[in-house]
Amino acid sequence: MSLIQIAWRNFCHRSLSSILTTLSLALGVGLVVLVLSIYGVISEAFTRNASVGYNLVVGPKGSPLQLTLNSVFYLSQPIENLPYTEYMEFMTQDQRKAVVDRFGGDPSLAERGGRYAPYLGDGFVIPLALGDYFGEFRVVGTTPDFFEKLRHGPNVDQPFTFSAGRALEEFSPEHSYFEAVVGSRVANQMNVGIGDKFYPTHGDPSGHGHELGFTIVGVMDPTGTPNDRAAFVNLEGFYLMDGHAKPIESEESDEPESDEPESDEPESDEPESDDSDDDAGANVEEDGEKREARPEEYRLLSILQREVTALLVQTDPNNLFFGPAVQNAINEGIRSQAAAPVGEITKLMDLIVGPLRNALLVITLITCFVAAVGILVAIYNSMNDRRRDIAVMRALGARRSTVTAIIVLESMLVAIIGAVLGWILAHAAIAACSSRIEDQTGVQVGFFSTSSNEIWILPLVLALALIAALLPAWSAYRTDVGSNLSA
Amino acid sequence: MTPMLQITDLVKSFPQPEGGILTVLDVPKLEIEAGEQVALIGQSGGGKTTLLHLIAGLLVPDRGSIRINGTELTRLSEQGRDRFRAGAIGYVFQTFNLLPAFTAIENVRLGMTFGNGMQEPERASELLLRVGLADRERYRPSQLSVGQQQRVAIARAMAGKPKLLLADEPTANVDPGSAETVLNLIRHTCREEHVALLMVTHDMHVASKFDRVEELDEMNRAFTSIDHS
Repeated sequence: MSLIQIAWRNFCHRSLSSILTTLSLALGVGLVVLVLSIYGVISEAFTRNASVGYNLVVGPKGSPLQLTLNSVFYLSQPIENLPYTEYMEFMTQDQRKAVVDRFGGDPSLAERGGRYAPYLGDGFVIPLALGDYFGEFRVVGTTPDFFEKLRHGPNVDQPFTFSAGRALEEFSPEHSYFEAVVGSRVANQMNVGIGDKFYPTHGDPSGHGHELGFTIVGVMDPTGTPNDRAAFVNLEGFYLMDGHAKPIESEESDEPESDEPESDEPESDEPESDDSDDDAGANVEEDGEKREARPEEYRLLSILQREVTALLVQTDPNNLFFGPAVQNAINEGIRSQAAAPVGEITKLMDLIVGPLRNALLVITLITCFVAAVGILVAIYNSMNDRRRDIAVMRALGARRSTVTAIIVLESMLVAIIGAVLGWILAHAAIAACSSRIEDQTGVQVGFFSTSSNEIWILPLVLALALIAALLPAWSAYRTDVGSNLSA
Repeated sequence: MTPMLQITDLVKSFPQPEGGILTVLDVPKLEIEAGEQVALIGQSGGGKTTLLHLIAGLLVPDRGSIRINGTELTRLSEQGRDRFRAGAIGYVFQTFNLLPAFTAIENVRLGMTFGNGMQEPERASELLLRVGLADRERYRPSQLSVGQQQRVAIARAMAGKPKLLLADEPTANVDPGSAETVLNLIRHTCREEHVALLMVTHDMHVASKFDRVEELDEMNRAFTSIDHS
């Protein structure tokens, strides 16, 4: 018989004690594996989120982390809003002229190109307007460029795809300015699909509902990004909802505006209500009955009434210096700030998730240590029962080192079985939750999804088991044969 | 011809709890030839088991010589004695001392694990067949009768192909019918394998079956040979 067979027989003979000890170790190992896997999922989710497809987020002055949280993750409250003219600083003169002509505003705005327009090159700028909710999910007012120009995925090369429908359009004969696209999780959780209409609530999930609704024309495929948790609506439709027009002192919407954005007055936290609470042309009374307004009856807001919460900016990808240059230029001003979302996400990861992982790891390692102490106690307590066995084996010719090795091997068996069982339990749990994890984070995990740190678990557990076995092994080594055979 | 076992001026003493040292064994001379079967009788607590432990190398004498098959045991290190014991000495205990975690055949194989029989794995089955337990190979000790347990112990003691078998009152804990069987089995097996046998017993009836009986005197200091031949 080999020594491992002898150790296995001893393991089986004390089955209850062995199983309980192994189980406690398995739970400890399972916890460690779970923590590592969860950290892996979080890490990958953050990496995915860091691959946002743009290099700058522009918003009002304040915390760059908060700007990133509310613009990239759709978490936290927006700091303030920026005047639309800040957005126009990224437009060429022709684009600015077109905007002035379409929406009305200070003609001088069309007399020059935007200050940051030369830095865009092949890049883009996408406006976001936040402040409304669909259920618990953020409503994001944006332009069709969001779906046309943004890319996601590890290599930032995957366009947004749709499990149903299409991207929203700025105007469609069918739905006017009121088209919406929902993220995969929103569609699942709110149980909505193509053709459904929803009415955003103002300010917070339990706020008052707007009268104007948006028709869902697209449901996005899961991306593993915060976009899965957002409902995107057409920016023009967003502006048309009550309370979304910036209040102006004059009735004249085309009142001359300053061409210098820095001289504008500070903005309010959220788009505030105009004098009238009614949606801009939401309903028209005709022959004593209310009916929905026709497209031509909607009054699009003037430039002065428009605000954006944030701008997603991709500077010219052919010139790596443009990003920092634009960031510095914006940050030198008094109204806006530009944050690099990747840097902010990395900081967030290092500040919160890293220490959290370390804390969890320490706790689970303590659990493993306690389990190792359990091995020690279990084997050491059995030493009284097995002294005679050890003495018999010695009488049969076993050396002291042989009986010592048998004890150590028994501890190793507990460690190996416990570690493997713990690994299987943890990965089975992960596999069982894989669809939920994918829904929540977009990260695909399965039974065999492992983190690189897991290869250290078995050596660590074996080392702990070896240490735990030292005391009983020493006791076995010192067992007096004569007295125990005679006992 | 060199005797299989040759003991000369062997002294063993133990410290006493109340202080002082008690000499429990002082044997001027004892010899057993290869294949010879000798019974050792004496009073209970008279040092017989201590003598077997000394011969097995489990204890170290204070002084004297123990030579087995030409090897001076007292000059070997503990590891050397372990190795020698595994290869040359079989041991049958009064209380059988089968390991409860192992089946009958595993207990027998255990006797080979540390000895010479590792090259012949089928020997375990063969030995169990010889002791009449071929159909009990997979039984655990708790599933065997007392007599069957002692027969497994005999098979285990012979598994390592010893030159000398030490038996410490192997019939003391079995019923008289089984005792006869066990005794005959030990003697027969030793004779078949040409193994020298030294059996401790306090039963004169058992001792009377041996060609030679050595009796420890009251002071455990000398042997008196009783020749039955």
